[in-house]
Amino acid sequence: MSGWSRKDLLDLQTLSQQEIDLILETAKSFKEVSTREVKKVPALRGKTVVSLFIENSTRTRASFELAAKRLSADIINISAGGSSISKGETVLDTARNIEAMNVDAIIVRHSSAGVPNQLAQNLKASIINAGDGCREHPTQALLDMFTIKEKLGKIEGLRVAIIGDILHSRVARSNIWGLTKLGARVTVCGPSTLMPVGIEKMGVQTTSDLGHVIKESDVLMVLRIQLERQRDNFLPSLREYAKQFGINKEKLNQAKKNVLIMHPGPTNRGLELSADVADGEYSVILDQVTNGVAIRMAVLYLLLASA
Amino acid sequence: MAKPMKIMDKDNIRRAIVRISHEVLEKNKGIENLCIVGIRTRGVIIAERIYKYIQQIEGTEIPVGILDITLYRDDLTLIATQPLVRETQINFDINGKKIILVDDVLFTGRTIRAALDALIDFGRPASIQLAVLIDRGHRELPIRAEYVGKNIPTALEENVKVILEESDNQEDQVIVKKRESK
Repeated sequence: MSGWSRKDLLDLQTLSQQEIDLILETAKSFKEVSTREVKKVPALRGKTVVSLFIENSTRTRASFELAAKRLSADIINISAGGSSISKGETVLDTARNIEAMNVDAIIVRHSSAGVPNQLAQNLKASIINAGDGCREHPTQALLDMFTIKEKLGKIEGLRVAIIGDILHSRVARSNIWGLTKLGARVTVCGPSTLMPVGIEKMGVQTTSDLGHVIKESDVLMVLRIQLERQRDNFLPSLREYAKQFGINKEKLNQAKKNVLIMHPGPTNRGLELSADVADGEYSVILDQVTNGVAIRMAVLYLLLASA
Repeated sequence: MAKPMKIMDKDNIRRAIVRISHEVLEKNKGIENLCIVGIRTRGVIIAERIYKYIQQIEGTEIPVGILDITLYRDDLTLIATQPLVRETQINFDINGKKIILVDDVLFTGRTIRAALDALIDFGRPASIQLAVLIDRGHRELPIRAEYVGKNIPTALEENVKVILEESDNQEDQVIVKKRESK
């Protein structure tokens, strides 16, 4: 397997299949580190990482922070509220100032697509995209693929359905890029108001027939209904959405017997996923969270270890 | 190009590993609290062979582990691309154990330094003893092997290559070769 040569991790759109495989393979080794009594290795000793989150996050941020700390890197967190961005400084200026303090990597989340790319072009530090607008969330898709591979042994040839608000979902886009590159057959399913025009061009099938999707799929990736983005009347009512696109135990009776239920979190219980399914035997939601730390350790290691 | 020189053949290697297995048992007075940890890649294979011989001699099994030292290397920032990290598998408690640490070639001692750091992160063993198939000298750190298959005086610009059936799909042998000048 060849090595890693990129400075940044911006998206899965531009990564090759080999690069994705390298990250997944590397993450396997890092998963073991988090099960030790001393959950720390010295690989990134002396490296400094800053997480710049201009949009809220619990999981991703905690996950990146733990990943950096378990590799012995130093990490500090900057969020929009407490930073000079609320005083009107541009993100690029903020990032340049952070870099001026000799930082090796900046993990950035922003509500606008393309911000990580802009930073990557203008800074020498490694930039890791932790979610930009509705565009991409590469580490989430990587941890999803890692979890599928761990549970089902492969990705190639599997049928994966992504269900819900595709329009606003960067998780869906990153997963589509990644999964199709690794040879999965991806179907996106949701109400037509939340289905982006031309999504078929990414190499996926579209449908609004949830029953059919449940019957056919090896993996059901359920997306969060982004309540903060429903002001524009994409849905007649949340109750109707839950009835038509929510996954519950009864609908799952039709599914394959070793189907995986995945969700990037945070879940709206009772809306896209009923509680008994979220906590049920097919759910790997917490495995996804565990694997997230391993994936982010792998990414930090590949970007920073020999920099 | 200088001709590669065969230093050990299949039988030499087998006898050396059998002898090391006996020495380990003699020195530790049996297998109580004993366990073996091999350093990836070829140390693991030699560790498994020692494990098999000890099992044949004593009739009981002892724990075997695998150590990947990549994350503990002291030259990570010096090399161009990061080496592939592979899994460490130590599925037993090493506290109070006598660990036989196994590698194929002992050279500068830096790999062993990294392995010691990695092991200590798993607990506090009673002792760590080092077993190697080849000691080729040129130590850069104060490290010494307890059990040595063969001492080979080498020049710095020479390469020592241990070939084992399990990893190389070739008959076991040890080869010394002049490093090609760039």
